[in-house]
Amino acid sequence: MIDRLFTWFDNRLAISRSGRHLLNKIFPDHWSFMIGEIALYSFIVLLATGVFLTLYFVPSGQDVVYHGIYAPFDGQTMSAAFKSTLDLSFSVRGGLLMRQMHHWSANIFVGSIVVHMLRVFFTGAFRRPRELNWFIGTTLMILAIVNGFLGYSIPDDLVSGTGIRIAYSILESIPFVGSYLATLLFGGVFPGNGSIIPRFFILHVLIVPLVIFGLLGAHLGLLVKHKHTQFKGNGAREDNVVGAPMWPTFMIKTTGFLFLTTAVTVLLGAFVQINPIWLYGPYIPFHVSYAVQPDWYMGWLDGALRVMPSWELHLPGHMIPNVFFPAVLLPGITFNVMMAWPWIEAAFTRDDREHHILDRPRDRPVRTAVGAAVLAFYFVLFGASATDVLANYLSVSLNVVLLSFRVLCVVVPLIVFPVTYKICTEMSHTKGAGKRKQYNIIVRGEDGGYSAVPTEAYAGYRHEVLEPIDVDSVDLSGVMGEPEPTGTAGVYQIPRDYR
Amino acid sequence: MPDQHSQDEKTGALVSTDAPQFQVAAKNPKRIEKVAALTFFVSLVAFAGFGAAFWQNASNAMLGGTLGVGFLGFGAAMVIWGRYLTPRGPFEEERAMMATTREQHDEIVADFVVRGRVAFGRRGFLGAMLAASGAVFGIVALFPLVRSLGPLPKKSFYHTKWKRGSYVSTVDGRRLKASDLTEGSLATVFPENDLGGALSQTVLIRVQNGGSVVTMPGRETWGPEGYVAYSKVCTHAGCPVGLYEQLTKQLLCPCHQSLFEVTKGGIPIFGPAPRPLPQLPLYVDSSGYLRAQADYDEPIGPGFWERGGTA
Ligand code: HEM
Ligand code: FES
Repeated sequence: MIDRLFTWFDNRLAISRSGRHLLNKIFPDHWSFMIGEIALYSFIVLLATGVFLTLYFVPSGQDVVYHGIYAPFDGQTMSAAFKSTLDLSFSVRGGLLMRQMHHWSANIFVGSIVVHMLRVFFTGAFRRPRELNWFIGTTLMILAIVNGFLGYSIPDDLVSGTGIRIAYSILESIPFVGSYLATLLFGGVFPGNGSIIPRFFILHVLIVPLVIFGLLGAHLGLLVKHKHTQFKGNGAREDNVVGAPMWPTFMIKTTGFLFLTTAVTVLLGAFVQINPIWLYGPYIPFHVSYAVQPDWYMGWLDGALRVMPSWELHLPGHMIPNVFFPAVLLPGITFNVMMAWPWIEAAFTRDDREHHILDRPRDRPVRTAVGAAVLAFYFVLFGASATDVLANYLSVSLNVVLLSFRVLCVVVPLIVFPVTYKICTEMSHTKGAGKRKQYNIIVRGEDGGYSAVPTEAYAGYRHEVLEPIDVDSVDLSGVMGEPEPTGTAGVYQIPRDYR
Repeated sequence: MPDQHSQDEKTGALVSTDAPQFQVAAKNPKRIEKVAALTFFVSLVAFAGFGAAFWQNASNAMLGGTLGVGFLGFGAAMVIWGRYLTPRGPFEEERAMMATTREQHDEIVADFVVRGRVAFGRRGFLGAMLAASGAVFGIVALFPLVRSLGPLPKKSFYHTKWKRGSYVSTVDGRRLKASDLTEGSLATVFPENDLGGALSQTVLIRVQNGGSVVTMPGRETWGPEGYVAYSKVCTHAGCPVGLYEQLTKQLLCPCHQSLFEVTKGGIPIFGPAPRPLPQLPLYVDSSGYLRAQADYDEPIGPGFWERGGTA
């Protein structure tokens, strides 16, 4: 029955001819390859929970008076967007769970993209022929961050409203076009004519996700075309891929992984509160919100705004505002260098060959050290987004904390670079660094002599590792029986009348 | 043993399905199957629990707890299945280099050029017309699309709704008198035609109980009866500067902790804010009401390209 159905489709779509490659696609067994899957699956969770939210969320800045379950706001005027987010949290069945899942999976989404990217960077997986996919990947990361910010903004609470205010100022700071961009996007000078919430909404739920969807398709398409990279060892070479085939091993495992990712998100949404907008209240432009932090993936930007000294560039009749430097120039340079990295590195190494075998980070000390230093710089900026909290917590003056961060974001990368470089070179000169230790035990033999016997590093270690076998070379005799002609597959039948 | 592999390729030998790589990965498949089945069963119970919890409109923790455990069991069972009850492997597939050969390259270029030349050769004028028409459409399409998004900034960045004689009022429209605030206290105030306005929001502070507050030379009359007023929009990134430190007479911005000197013309003394808060000149009218002498004498809030001006 299933075979007949398959044959019907096969004769119309030629699945047997093209689909076999997909069934046979090999996925290397290394944990670091799962990080990208987490990103993919949290995107699916975002789509699913996001669609649920759109059924109840009202994307409007229009004022309404609240008379809902949450008593502290009874009778208060607020935007319809904020009210519907309150309703989602308090009166829609399962609404709070969906909201919190959506927010958590946004964090997991961006987080896994960043870690995925680090693994690609540090193992050199971006080298020819995969430069384009690196480029698509960095674009995806930026879009994920942007969409996270948009989503965070639309509930129109006090914290996100303050974020929108800062975003407006950043837009306004761009030379030549800033004030035009700001008034066009907001429909007037801040806070605009009330179109910012609906506009952010449509960007958030349709336009950016659509672009992400398209790029994701291209990203995975290229992955299939190039096939996976792999680490050396166990028969892995430049001209093959060793691992588990798509069908059935990877298929089952990865579907399980989809549900595990979902499970973690659901449990976080159930037990760990996130973005309790009812504690912040609706956005009122002259109300002060303090000790609030943006989502972590925007933290570095907040930190950069804080540590930037109070300089501006004054030109005759014009100026370049302070926020331009940390909030436009810095990310602009970082993202551009990031996207161009495969070409930058190739220019230095003069290596234009195709690479399918991955580097161990220690074998490329310069690249690893550059990556670590940049990462350290952004970590410091991230830390700087908590200057006020730290000052309170450590009971030192804000002055001291801020000054230390200004120093740290220069000094830390300068220390991290040589230290990483040194560690890498030391490690690659040491045999067996990073391998599990195999202890020897001394045993007494029958003849009374003593000998050292290596133990297992972990259970199953070195238990007969098999040779990889070619997925395409299976002997089918005795499995499928005599081949039978299946329908008219592959036969041209030209009706008599047309001869 | 890569040699073995190439041997196979040469002889075209097929691998029998009896090869160890095709056998189930688990040493003891029966036991693994039991574990996986039990895990599926846990998820089944949890999913049913979720149904009940939803029906009963249970708490967020109950809803998410049951659903989460359901997915956890479901996913874990599948991972166990995929890891232990599938062919042991490893398998390999061949990979061709991406780079193409000279012939492949030449062939496609030839196809492209030969057929293309018939259509495009000596049709330069046609091409130019196509480009011209397309460009006109592009520009024209962009115009209404972009232009209808919002108004141009014009002079909107330079003015607020404060003007000569504006009453200083609270957000609910109460006009403030000089006698209303006590020493050291502060109010957020607006002109009456823009109550709650994001740009005209102003902090009114009674620095001292009487006498005029001169924050800078040239502002001798701006601070009557111990009052001063500053734009509440931070010159850094526009947050409301709302925390007044009575002892030091400083205003703190909560966003990135810029500090402004209230008695010294609102100059920034700490943090990233680059410019002083603009000061609103006040006077007290004959009935004792606080009023504005004029609008701010400079654009309020963060900088922008056309602003120019002083440091
Ligand atoms: C592409 C990745 C996406 C990211 C990173 C993301 C992130 C976020 C975040 C952080 C919020 C704030 C949630 C909160 O209130 O705490 C949010 C809200 C929202 N998102 Fe998304 N989202 C994504 C995709 C989507 C999609 C595809 C849809 C719809 C189909 C959607 C619909 C919504 C809605 C309606 C809200 C407002 C409701 C609310 O805040 O409770 N999102 N999003
Ligand atoms: S907005 Fe006031 S310090 Fe940044």
